[in-house]
Amino acid sequence: MKITREEILHLAELSSFSLSEEEISSLGADLEKIINYISELDQLNTDDVAPTYQVFEMENVWRADEIIPQEADREQLLATAPSEQDYQIKVPKVL
Amino acid sequence: MKIANKTVTATRLVKDAIAKAKHFSDHNIFTFVNEVEALKRAAEIDAKISAGQPVGRLAGVPYALKDNFQSKSGNTTASSKMLESLHSPITATAVKLLEDEGAIMIGRTNLDSFAHGSSTENSYFGATKNAVDSARVAGGSSGGSAVATALDIVEFATGTDTGGSIRQPASFNGVYGFKPTYGAISRYGVVAMASSTDCVGFFTKTPEDMDLLMQITARQDYYDPTTLPDFYQSRFSSHDPTSSIDSASSIEKSIPSTSSPIHNAEASSSALDFDAPSAPARIGIIKDFDNDSVAPELRRALSDTISALEAKGHQIVSLDMPSLKHALAVYYIIVPAEVASNLSRHDGIRYGYRADQVSTLMSKSAQDSTLTSASDSSASATQDSASSNPLSALYKNSRNLGFMPENKRRIMIGNFVLSSGFYDAYYRKAQKARTIIIREYAKAFEQCDYILTPVSPSPAFKLGEKIDDPIAMYLEDIMSTSVNLAGLPSLAFPAGQTADHLPLGLQLVGARRSDAKILKFAHDNFYASNLSSTNRADQTSQDNQDYPANQNNNQDHRTSQEDGRE
Repeated sequence: MKITREEILHLAELSSFSLSEEEISSLGADLEKIINYISELDQLNTDDVAPTYQVFEMENVWRADEIIPQEADREQLLATAPSEQDYQIKVPKVL
Repeated sequence: MKIANKTVTATRLVKDAIAKAKHFSDHNIFTFVNEVEALKRAAEIDAKISAGQPVGRLAGVPYALKDNFQSKSGNTTASSKMLESLHSPITATAVKLLEDEGAIMIGRTNLDSFAHGSSTENSYFGATKNAVDSARVAGGSSGGSAVATALDIVEFATGTDTGGSIRQPASFNGVYGFKPTYGAISRYGVVAMASSTDCVGFFTKTPEDMDLLMQITARQDYYDPTTLPDFYQSRFSSHDPTSSIDSASSIEKSIPSTSSPIHNAEASSSALDFDAPSAPARIGIIKDFDNDSVAPELRRALSDTISALEAKGHQIVSLDMPSLKHALAVYYIIVPAEVASNLSRHDGIRYGYRADQVSTLMSKSAQDSTLTSASDSSASATQDSASSNPLSALYKNSRNLGFMPENKRRIMIGNFVLSSGFYDAYYRKAQKARTIIIREYAKAFEQCDYILTPVSPSPAFKLGEKIDDPIAMYLEDIMSTSVNLAGLPSLAFPAGQTADHLPLGLQLVGARRSDAKILKFAHDNFYASNLSSTNRADQTSQDNQDYPANQNNNQDHRTSQEDGRE
């Protein structure tokens, strides 16, 4: 399968990357190789097979509707933000 | 392992470990050395010991922490620019359980950025070097942890295994590496990669040490709803009796229901034969894995191990598992899809790297936009939308600068297989193939108790050899990924060495919840010196005891140390 420049830019948009020209071409070439490799799965017949999305023996677990104290408090969590003011995370002006 | 007591103090153990960590600094094993805090903790434990107060089962034991486990000691970087400055306010459950028993973290270890890779060369902080040959890779992604254990800097190290990230570096450096049953150990506080296959595990020098760590950490955790009810029951009797899980109800709870193909009723209900040698077992060999693409020395290690097992009375069963040849493609569809989802949280807003000034950002993306629109009009639409909205520009620039190329490849592949038009052909198809792989393993475990295979097709390769070829790097994982897709436990163990003294490793895969059995079987058959001395696998275990390779390394690196490096 050939991956076009347009498709690479679309994937970059979905992934939220602002790729440089150089990356568009190098990642594009890599992605094409990888997609061609994983396409070999075509050879496996999976008709009438149910998909498995997880290997955990899922069972519903009920719990009491109560607040469990968390390890980190508000100040500690805010301290990890790159920019903070008045107990709020600061981001660039949008409007 | 060495545990602190009245004669050997925790302070002594920690000082030795830190001195060794510094001595091997040119291997680039650690992203952070926890010297001040480790010594403080050691002094606390020593005070307890001399006062006759009780201490934990890992009192004063120095260990290394893969740098994708959160704790308040040092930054949790995941060896990425994205998280380089993240000082986490929380502690991973696994870390808490180990440290409650007195283990002391002496350093955080290097990995492929966000655990994406099979060599530790994708680290933002540079590659870690192999313990035996510093021109070769450590393996990955838990390369730093494997080398820290192999060079005897620490008694054990933590790792994570999403597709082989513990087992492959363990085999490249000649130590034991264990990936437990999916859900055995809590992942709370561990940087997420692929949620349906990520497992926490360890590197040790003996199967018995591994058993002790499993006893301590294999616990159901309120903070990780994917942890299984407690099921781990040691098969070694020599540990402190208080260590065994006491409640019969936990066994009862762990008896699996039958609603899914992955259930294997084998597990925990069988009678325990503490310290009795493992009974004769049926060992499965996968026919397709013994072919020309596997290094001749590894094939020889496999056949030697088979002969030794037969000599001990075990039965060899040849397995036909035709779907496993597709496991790597399945893995490199499902895992990138989960990576794309998990890593979408890294956006430069709440924590982690944020690209500098918004004004700079805007001018940069405006520049990019001009450049790209000059060269190709189709590009300008994307770049325009970024530059017109400063918040979007912040996301895109932070992510573009914060992630390594391999992170970007996996995120973009993930978004490709999940995008409309490709979802059915790739993502859904892979999840169906996963069902077939799980069924094939279930069938195999009707015919055998364990499956024995190489961990990867070759011993440690040269630094730089595969870094520019993502497919060659992915092929490293061809024998390890199917185990993760099926959620099975697997122990990588040393199985001799090449003529150049490079370690060789094999893995022993078991049914779900057979973790304790695997470790006991490995102890009896590969580690304990009760095999004939001609057995290569056993010899390696002995080699690990005296570390002849490390002695050489000591000499090699003395010069650089005298040159003024720490």
